[in-house]
Amino acid sequence: MKDIKKILEERILVLDGAMGTMLQRHKFTEEDFRGERFKDWPIPVQGNNDLLSITQPEAIKEVHRLYFEAGADIVETNTFSGTTIAMADYEMEELVYELNFQSAKIAKEVAEEFTAKEPHKPRFVAGSIGPTNRTASMSPDVNDPGFRAVTFDELRIAYKEQVEALLDGGSDILLVETIFDTLNAKAALFAIEEVKDERNIEVPIMISGTITDASGRTLSGQTAEAFLISVSHIPMLSVGFNCALGASQLTPHLEVLAQKASFGVSAHPNAGLPNAFGEYDETPEQMVGQIKEYMDKSLVNIVGGCCGTTPEHIKAIADLAKKYEPRKLTVDSF
Amino acid sequence: MIENKPHNLSTDNSQPSTRKYLKLSGLEPMIVSAETNFINVGERTNVAGSRKFLRLVKEEKFDEALDIARHQVEGGAQVIDINMDDGLIDGEEAMVRFLNLIMAEPDIARVPIMIDSSKWDIIEAGLQVVQGKCVVNSISLKEGEEEFIAHAKKIKRYGAAVIIMAFDEVGQADNYERRIEISKRSYDILVNRVKFPPEDIIFDLNIFPVATGMEEHRKNAIDFIEATRWVRENLPHCSVSGGVSNVSFSFRGNNPVREAMHSVFLYHAIKAGMNMGIVNPAMLEVYDDIPKDLLEHVEDVILDRRDDATERLLDFAETVVGTSKEKTVDLSWREESLQNRITRALVKGIDQYIVEDVEEARQAAEKPIEVIEGNLMVGMNVVGDLFGSGKMFLPQVVKSARVMKKAVAYLLPYIEEEKKKNAPQPPKGEQHWKTADPVLYGLMKEHAGRMRNQPTEAESFLWKALSGKNLNGYKFRRQHIIGSYIADFICLKENLIIEIDGSIHQLPENKSSDKERTEWLEKEGYKVIRFTNKQVINEIDFVLDEILETIEKASPLGTGGAGKVLMATVKGDVHDIGKNIVSVVLGCNNYEIVDLGVMVPPEKIIQTAIDEQVDVIGLSGLITPSLDEMVFLAKEMERRNFKVPLLIGGATTSKAHTAVKIDPQYKNAVVHVNDASRAVTVVGDLLNKRSNQKYVGDLKEDYEKFREGFLKRTKQKEYLSIEEARINKYKIDWSFSEITRPNKLGVEVIEDFDLKKLEPFIDWTPFFRSWDLHGKYPAILTDDVVGEQATSLFKDAQELLQKVFDEKLLGAKAVYGLFEANTVNDDDIEIKYPYTEPSRSAGNFRFRTLRQQLKKHASKPNFALADFIAPKESNRQDYMGCFCVTTGFGTKELAEAFEADHDDYNSIMIKALADRLAEAFAEYLHKKVRKEDWGYASEEQLTNDELIKESYKGIRPAPGYPACPDHLEKLTIWEVLQVKEKINVELTEGLAMWPAASVSGYYFANPEARYFGLGKIKEDQVRDFAERKSIDFEYAKKWLNPNLID
Repeated sequence: MKDIKKILEERILVLDGAMGTMLQRHKFTEEDFRGERFKDWPIPVQGNNDLLSITQPEAIKEVHRLYFEAGADIVETNTFSGTTIAMADYEMEELVYELNFQSAKIAKEVAEEFTAKEPHKPRFVAGSIGPTNRTASMSPDVNDPGFRAVTFDELRIAYKEQVEALLDGGSDILLVETIFDTLNAKAALFAIEEVKDERNIEVPIMISGTITDASGRTLSGQTAEAFLISVSHIPMLSVGFNCALGASQLTPHLEVLAQKASFGVSAHPNAGLPNAFGEYDETPEQMVGQIKEYMDKSLVNIVGGCCGTTPEHIKAIADLAKKYEPRKLTVDSF
Repeated sequence: MIENKPHNLSTDNSQPSTRKYLKLSGLEPMIVSAETNFINVGERTNVAGSRKFLRLVKEEKFDEALDIARHQVEGGAQVIDINMDDGLIDGEEAMVRFLNLIMAEPDIARVPIMIDSSKWDIIEAGLQVVQGKCVVNSISLKEGEEEFIAHAKKIKRYGAAVIIMAFDEVGQADNYERRIEISKRSYDILVNRVKFPPEDIIFDLNIFPVATGMEEHRKNAIDFIEATRWVRENLPHCSVSGGVSNVSFSFRGNNPVREAMHSVFLYHAIKAGMNMGIVNPAMLEVYDDIPKDLLEHVEDVILDRRDDATERLLDFAETVVGTSKEKTVDLSWREESLQNRITRALVKGIDQYIVEDVEEARQAAEKPIEVIEGNLMVGMNVVGDLFGSGKMFLPQVVKSARVMKKAVAYLLPYIEEEKKKNAPQPPKGEQHWKTADPVLYGLMKEHAGRMRNQPTEAESFLWKALSGKNLNGYKFRRQHIIGSYIADFICLKENLIIEIDGSIHQLPENKSSDKERTEWLEKEGYKVIRFTNKQVINEIDFVLDEILETIEKASPLGTGGAGKVLMATVKGDVHDIGKNIVSVVLGCNNYEIVDLGVMVPPEKIIQTAIDEQVDVIGLSGLITPSLDEMVFLAKEMERRNFKVPLLIGGATTSKAHTAVKIDPQYKNAVVHVNDASRAVTVVGDLLNKRSNQKYVGDLKEDYEKFREGFLKRTKQKEYLSIEEARINKYKIDWSFSEITRPNKLGVEVIEDFDLKKLEPFIDWTPFFRSWDLHGKYPAILTDDVVGEQATSLFKDAQELLQKVFDEKLLGAKAVYGLFEANTVNDDDIEIKYPYTEPSRSAGNFRFRTLRQQLKKHASKPNFALADFIAPKESNRQDYMGCFCVTTGFGTKELAEAFEADHDDYNSIMIKALADRLAEAFAEYLHKKVRKEDWGYASEEQLTNDELIKESYKGIRPAPGYPACPDHLEKLTIWEVLQVKEKINVELTEGLAMWPAASVSGYYFANPEARYFGLGKIKEDQVRDFAERKSIDFEYAKKWLNPNLID
């Protein structure tokens, strides 16, 4: 199979779209989430989408399949909350390895189907590593600004377990995404480096932050460039932004990365900003109209979708991406 | 593909051999490029370098320690060096604590951090708490290559740059050659073996003092400068740094000379390539401003230009007089107006001067509370606006909130004082009348005296415990007159009243409920607590504890701080960062927060709100389904008769959603709060007893307007012309559709109907709703909140109903008719009126129906009631009916009788019952028609519940209701059935039926007939309708106006 780094220089790669949006269509009930195996689980598990990799694997595979069919080169595993820290809400810490392993395994199975069918367009699986629900550099208690709800080491250990399982399950890439606190991401990257070192392997790493509001900063207060500098110590396939904003609001921040990052730049924006009812209603046409700007400005090497995007969006993006050259990977030093 | 194939999957980021620059970051980037010249590292946050900082850390005065850091950044430090190496400090703990605190100060955290320690553990602990790219200060070859490599690897993995000390196993480099030797060796190990990015290496080439009088120190400065030149020329991409103040060590006490020495040294070292250094910017003269003679003497020393340079400078130094150039923070803002100062303090999060400013504001204000509501809120609003427009970000807002808290804390004692002043004045001596109603005083005094002499058992028991200042020295009185009430026990100093239930002590003519009494007393500034006789006698310890606790926690703002706020992330959602921020911001504004965490089921929110008696409920959610949860909770709050305001927040929420979906569900305040800084103002306004009613009113109005605007704006719906709508009519296949010929055609009248037959047909749920008790019957009878009331109401209703049945108090009549009918011209139904009696001739009537005009999605039809009747062209005879029932005769008279008897309760009750009976009659009659008169459903077997749910075939739509909102059609029914003549039900001018307890409508029997809402229609249909009906267009328009699109 061809090296993804090489492919990245040849064309714009397409990442998949939202998993959650697709799963919502199933309207899975508490019982569906539980399946037979967790029917007696002591607390509600509805909403634990990661669990569906075990209890509804076919539904997950179907989503992967739809995205590959739409033209995605890379799909993300269904493991956004697959750490002991995030799973604590469901008391499913013990299941973290299995959740990640299974998620990677089923994604890989689908990827292999497609690669076998279309060898000229190999398909990849990116192990999705979410931000967890705690933040390492902000205090949840204003009266004690020095307090932290989670430590670097707690995060590092949790991420390490996730990384090992994602790799064991067959992930080709590791994607640290939706980073709202750079310190959390640094713990994830630290864990990845440890695993790489222990196993003596190389793994392409994608890093994707999230700019949360009009201030143009991450939740923990960093500007796009400060974020880039803070994670640049790790050799990576790409750096980028996802979620929170729609494609057009993301443009100025991508410009910073495109100008300053010496590796790939990725973007997987939401389908616009949520409307008054929390729905993302940007149509594929509207979204692609904005993503075209990325391509015209040569800002990206990898592009996909986050909340609210569907295979229709990804298809429109993939069709567009074919017409463009990727952004050149070297930047002039400044 | 995850095997070891480094070449295949290489992600090497190496670049063409251009110059690479050291890049660091705090919240903002910092790039050490050729243009940056010199990076100034702040040195005052170093326990080894600053005694003050050391003292503050030792005394754990971290607030002041932070001020030192802030001072440095404001003074121009581009990186701040933090060092906690001191024998008496737990360095690791202090480092982590201080760094964590810095991270919460955006104006400091914007710059990168230099983590300075000789102990690796402290360095690593520091690296684990900083998100930006730091500099480690420092590592060296002192302990050998192995440890050096291990530490360098870790630093790389943490993503930091590193300072390498010119130090090796032999010792510290103290001359030119050793500096070069150690630098070269360190660089080669780092770059070649550790693969450390060369641009992330910074050499500290040891700055040692000159002019010490010792011969071997003469070249200290110049050797450093020359070694710097060599390193920058021979070791690509790296940087050179050093602690500058060392160089002038021997001139301690003579700042003008030291400042000049620093400037001169830097001037030359920077030219040689030193691009970073620890310098106290306040201890730095501008090179060009150094007096020529001083400059010459200093340069002689630094550059080792003369053998006698040191002596000459020492001599010259004694002549240099002058004061230190200690630069100060820009305090010009302190000269501005008071409000500007307060606003700035809040916006910048500076709490240093807030107390003095607030004190100034307090003296200017009439009441201390006005400082909070005025000056401070003005400032917080600015914070909110800046945040909303993206000019401030969260940590800053949280900081602003802290300043706010400090200000509020300062004001609290004054507010408390003010409250006491306003509370009823404690009486002097025996002048009890001061708290009493003067008119009633004489009478009450006598009564109170009597009560004092005849205490109940519980009263004497408690009095024993309270009298003689027995309870922690608090003085209580008993049977004390306040206004028109007599309090059982009172502690005047604390404004606390204790009531023992089980005895009525008011004068009979002043008898009022406990609740009313408590409300009055509380309004007067008293706190009232109640115990039962039983509690006092059996649990005296508990009672006394409660009393003490109440006295001691009685808080200046009333019920326990500014108010109690329940916060929860709704069921199914686990996102809580935003919610936590709002919680803390409110918390530091003196609100008590009851945080239920995430995934909180609605029952728990409701129950906790009740148990904790919260003042506000805040709901948060990030995922889409949370929106529905919020709507549900609002409904639930309404159903449970909540009064407290509801705050809505979270990423997916919006003002539009709140206004359109949530606000209409809840009678009381609903506010969308999308950022934490606004929360304080909003909650403050909501809980401000003096102005909140207006605020809530304005809020409701605003949402109402917004809702209307939104609905108009967003529902840019398309409408069809009436012709197009007709083409898209609902099409029943008339060649197959089942049509039953009624058993009895023509008009029937029922008089003197036995109301008792209607009892099983009553739908009770709307009955409770008419009494503002919300819930479904029969569950409402056992409802936690309204159950008791509902049960009691139901009992009274049943009693009156039986009386109505037994004494035949209400008259029930009905008129109805079934006719041959066919649809003509799409929307009209023509009925044939048969010849049945001499007074009327046979003839035709037409019902005019209205058709939906909204453009529908995918093949959904545009309904009109006419679609349910076979058109003439189908050549099939179809049928329809119409009816009017009433149970209202006698209602008015009964109600008036009750009113005359001052029994408003039953007056309302009889009307509500009559309404229910009329509906029941309509249901009863419909059933009879279906099964007998028309007989199309003679086999129908439905339970009463199913009847109420209308799970039968056919419909009975009523003019004025959604399917046929046109009231004018009632006129046709009245004409067809001769309603007035037959059963004496009249239509008012407004086309309302009289008696009110009446129902009229049509019968449609087709199995495909269904209820629908007409929705908005266009003017073309109104015009068409007016023509069909032969009425004036404007007249038709007036009646159909609510359905007309604007």
